[in-house]
Amino acid sequence: MKRVAYYKGCSLEGLAAEYDRSTHAVCEAFGIELVEIADWNCCGSTPAHSYDPLLSAALAGRNLAIAADQGCDMVMTPCPGCLKSLKGAQEACEDPGLRKPFVELVGRDVDGLKTVSLLQLLYEEVGPVAIKKAVRRPLTGHVLIPYYGCLLTRPAQKAKFDDPENPVSMDRLLEATGALVPDFPYKTECCGATYGVTRNDFVGKLSGRILDMTARLGGEAIVVACPLCQQNLDMRQDQINKYQKSALHLPVPYISQVIGLALGMDPKELGMDKLCVSPDILFEDRAEAEGKAQGPGAAA
Amino acid sequence: MRIGVFVCNCGTNIAGTVDTAKVASEALTFADVVYATNYMYTCSEPGQQEIQRAIGEHGLQGVVVAACSPRMHEPTFRRAVEKAGLNKYMFEMANIREHVSWIGNDKAANTAKAADLVRMAVAKLRFNQPLFSSKMPVNKRLLVIGGGVAGIQAALDCADGGMDVVMVERKQYIGGKMAQLDKTFPTIDCSSCILGPKMVDVSQKENITLYASSEIESISGYIGNFTVDIRKKATYVNWDACTGCGACMEKCPAKNTPDVFNENLGSARAINIPFPQAIPKKAVIDARHCRQLNGKKCGVCAKICPVKAIDFEMKDTIVTEKVGAIIAATGYDLFDHSVYGEYGAGRYPDVITGIQYERILSASGPYGGHIQRPSDGKEPKNIVFLACVGSRDASVGRPYCSGVCCMYIAKQAILTKDHLPESNSYVFYMDIRAPGKNYDEFVRRAQEEYGVQYIRGRVAKIYPRGDRMVVQGADTLLGVQVEVEADLVVLATGIESSAGAGELAEKLRISYDQYGFYMESHPKLRPVETNTAGVYLAGACQGPKDIPSSVAQGSAAASKVQSLFAHDTIETNPQVALVNERNCIACGKCIQVCPFGAIQWKELRGGIKKAEVLPTVCQGCGVCNATCPPKAVQLQHATDNQLLAEVNELCA
Amino acid sequence: MERTNTLSIRQSRDTDFIREVEEASGQDVSKCYQCGNCMGSCAYTFAYDYPVTQIMRLVQLGQKDIVLGSSAIWLCANCQACTTRCPNDIDVARVMEALRIMSRKSDTVSLPDIQAFYDEFLRSVKTFGRVFETGLLPIYNLRAKKPFTDFDLAPRLLMKGKLTFFPALVKKRKKIAEIFEVVKRDRFSKDGKARPEPLSSKTDI
Repeated sequence: MKRVAYYKGCSLEGLAAEYDRSTHAVCEAFGIELVEIADWNCCGSTPAHSYDPLLSAALAGRNLAIAADQGCDMVMTPCPGCLKSLKGAQEACEDPGLRKPFVELVGRDVDGLKTVSLLQLLYEEVGPVAIKKAVRRPLTGHVLIPYYGCLLTRPAQKAKFDDPENPVSMDRLLEATGALVPDFPYKTECCGATYGVTRNDFVGKLSGRILDMTARLGGEAIVVACPLCQQNLDMRQDQINKYQKSALHLPVPYISQVIGLALGMDPKELGMDKLCVSPDILFEDRAEAEGKAQGPGAAA
Repeated sequence: MRIGVFVCNCGTNIAGTVDTAKVASEALTFADVVYATNYMYTCSEPGQQEIQRAIGEHGLQGVVVAACSPRMHEPTFRRAVEKAGLNKYMFEMANIREHVSWIGNDKAANTAKAADLVRMAVAKLRFNQPLFSSKMPVNKRLLVIGGGVAGIQAALDCADGGMDVVMVERKQYIGGKMAQLDKTFPTIDCSSCILGPKMVDVSQKENITLYASSEIESISGYIGNFTVDIRKKATYVNWDACTGCGACMEKCPAKNTPDVFNENLGSARAINIPFPQAIPKKAVIDARHCRQLNGKKCGVCAKICPVKAIDFEMKDTIVTEKVGAIIAATGYDLFDHSVYGEYGAGRYPDVITGIQYERILSASGPYGGHIQRPSDGKEPKNIVFLACVGSRDASVGRPYCSGVCCMYIAKQAILTKDHLPESNSYVFYMDIRAPGKNYDEFVRRAQEEYGVQYIRGRVAKIYPRGDRMVVQGADTLLGVQVEVEADLVVLATGIESSAGAGELAEKLRISYDQYGFYMESHPKLRPVETNTAGVYLAGACQGPKDIPSSVAQGSAAASKVQSLFAHDTIETNPQVALVNERNCIACGKCIQVCPFGAIQWKELRGGIKKAEVLPTVCQGCGVCNATCPPKAVQLQHATDNQLLAEVNELCA
Repeated sequence: MERTNTLSIRQSRDTDFIREVEEASGQDVSKCYQCGNCMGSCAYTFAYDYPVTQIMRLVQLGQKDIVLGSSAIWLCANCQACTTRCPNDIDVARVMEALRIMSRKSDTVSLPDIQAFYDEFLRSVKTFGRVFETGLLPIYNLRAKKPFTDFDLAPRLLMKGKLTFFPALVKKRKKIAEIFEVVKRDRFSKDGKARPEPLSSKTDI
């Protein structure tokens, strides 16, 4: 069993509780033991690195230090924003100017750890082949749009995962569930980030065009791997509809929820009921209609 | 030995940070130095006369000039001392400009270092011996590598001068990239109309031997006497018999062979003559796509060929040619835009390259000269051109300007309007680089007369929306983000060095820069020479170039060859290795390490073996000298004694 | 920011500013050749007072007052599109981040409401060790004097059981507070030397 330190991040114990729940369910299904970082704290997010590089590094770094002390060599966080902060802490640890004060504040160095997103963990440690084999309830006939958001693979030199312009890892994982995955041109476009709070119209404009493109490509749902993207696209979808005078109704499940669904898990266990826009359309079994031969699960 | 030292001020180039008078006065204290002075410009005529006067007046037997790099002026000073009666190898140069004055501002330190270098040169000179060269006959045949417009020009110029020329071309046809172009800027004359006659000339000149579908296997020898092995690749068609009738192409069933000449727009057959005017007009079978050669039953071409030219058993063959000079004219390749993820990395069929657009525009191209989209054959209405794709972009390792894209975009936009009067063309650019004769006027005409919209900014992203491509970028002059919905997008992919340029350079023993472009001997004054005597450059293999410059270089390289061939003999370089037979222990190590095969066994009377250097093959690299255990092999003019004398002075 | 007819470059040029930006961001701003790729990529160009390409140009010209007073630097969402596509490998987002920190230090933040949100966020972290989403938003909206923002979301979130009413507390909150205090006290510069410039209460947490 692979042992991975789990940095949940604040969103996953609040508005993104279903991301936390489905992450646990899917990792368990593939034999990955998630070791929650004891007494973890907030990474500081954008506000901290707009305040001082050391604040951001130390807040995020404390969590890495605890993970290392818990005997883990890999840390996974489902939140790309948190991941950026964790990687920022490791960068500070290698920075000749910041290393000393950093180590003084958090008590040790943290640059030896591998820090990954949930998507990277699922793609590299599980992989599309294993997922395809484990599918019990193929999503054959469903058109799913993969949306990565801005931070998962960027900047490339730091993320060191997938492609910064046209990432494909989520595409491959979704294809493994049997779903149809069109080429989505807005995979890494910004959703409006934290401006949901301070500049609501930005989210209307930016998330609005992502939802529009999803609908244009015939997507039934837009699959995400970031709590902030999810909030903007799902929780604020009514606001977006009002802003751009549209009537979109597109469910925005997390990648972990979609994989869990394909594995045959109970939607409730995956927190599907927590999504604002109802994901019921995803529960339709189209494998029958499409002919069983096409279902990847049938072959497995 | 009576030695004279001449310290050059080089205007302020040296004197600005080196006290040359002090260096001269210090030189007077060195052993054997009987005369020393400094001078404003030692390389000038009065400067040289001053050296000659001093040789006479002071009975000098050796001369040291402390000045610039020997690269440029060592031959100048050697001639000067020779005229005054000394052997030209009784001369040494100390480089106190590139190695001293240009790299430091501390005058005291510089002066001390300059004096050190002079002291080393004097110490070496005391061990110098007069050396004498011999004369070798020149083989007045020229090898031209590459049959693009630069190589063709060079070959024709030399052939016109009565010389024998051997041309080797990697592809099955000559004409290079220019053969793929539709029209040329800034005159809009038809590329094949102006190039075609020259291609025909190459095939018809009796003193030009053309090897197409051939590559250089190896090169040995030296200026005046090169031996070149040429690999004639198996074409599976006997070219002596093939008449170029094309019957085979019509019947070949392998219809999905990539059409390389048309830049993979559409497909060709496995047996192919790429275009009607091809020289040589001979068919070649693409072994990767031929059914017969891949174990399937076919052989249709062999059955149909009226002259029985098909030979499925053909193998590569090696032919050897002897030449006296070589012109490298290997041209360029175009940047592979698949690294630009933001432009689709090649996965959108309606985002094409400039050279693909040339084929689309061409009447003999895949669409018969009708502009249409590769995806659905529709006529485009809005066409966007992107400059600098793989040029001036450090993030993809191409920081240099390709020099031709601004012009070819303007040309293509003008031609687009001619073909499709209702169309709109947009050009995203960063700067317009149009410094040639009538070039800027041409770009202005595109804007003023043809209504081409120029937008100053780089394109950030290209993506599909419906059946169109959205081009999203900036208009930096307005300070706004802009997007254009385009039917067709043309990427002006930049110029990069030809595939395999590095390997060929190693065979030619010439240098190339970090991007694979061949290095000229001097960027201004020796633009078509290389640092290997007898090897010259023409065209884009030396750096990005347009057609006029490539042709000019072709002619320039030809004139260099003609002046070489104007002599029946050339002087050999006496700075080669020499074996002292008394010390040679016949271990054979020198024979093993010599990179040029210049050392062989020699049998003395009584069957005693000794190493022997072939002075005409030896390039003077000195590896044998360093390897020889009893130091029996000595590189003349750089002997152990001479080098150790320098080191001793430095460490004294 | 009021635009002037003539920018008197020599008078307003602050070369120390250029050096500070380069030091804080680790980027060589002279590499920028103004191609516009960053502003063509930026999702927020529509909202900026100066598009990011012009921010880079203003930094090259040492126009400290304009740059540090611009709204652009506070509207940047750090989405990395500019950094990803810069043909000169400049980490543009990092430059924008450095400028935000500098504008805070020089007390020239042009969009106090965005800073206020960040401050409220950091206060939450400092107090609880984690961000208390349910608490943070209403407090911020109250302070920003727009108390009814996002009211529409509340009923649904309540129904979905997504709102928590008590903050999750980190046990070692003292350690977190200490991190804030040390950073606030020292505000280390890149070279590790303490930079003892006190911040006004308006710009600090």
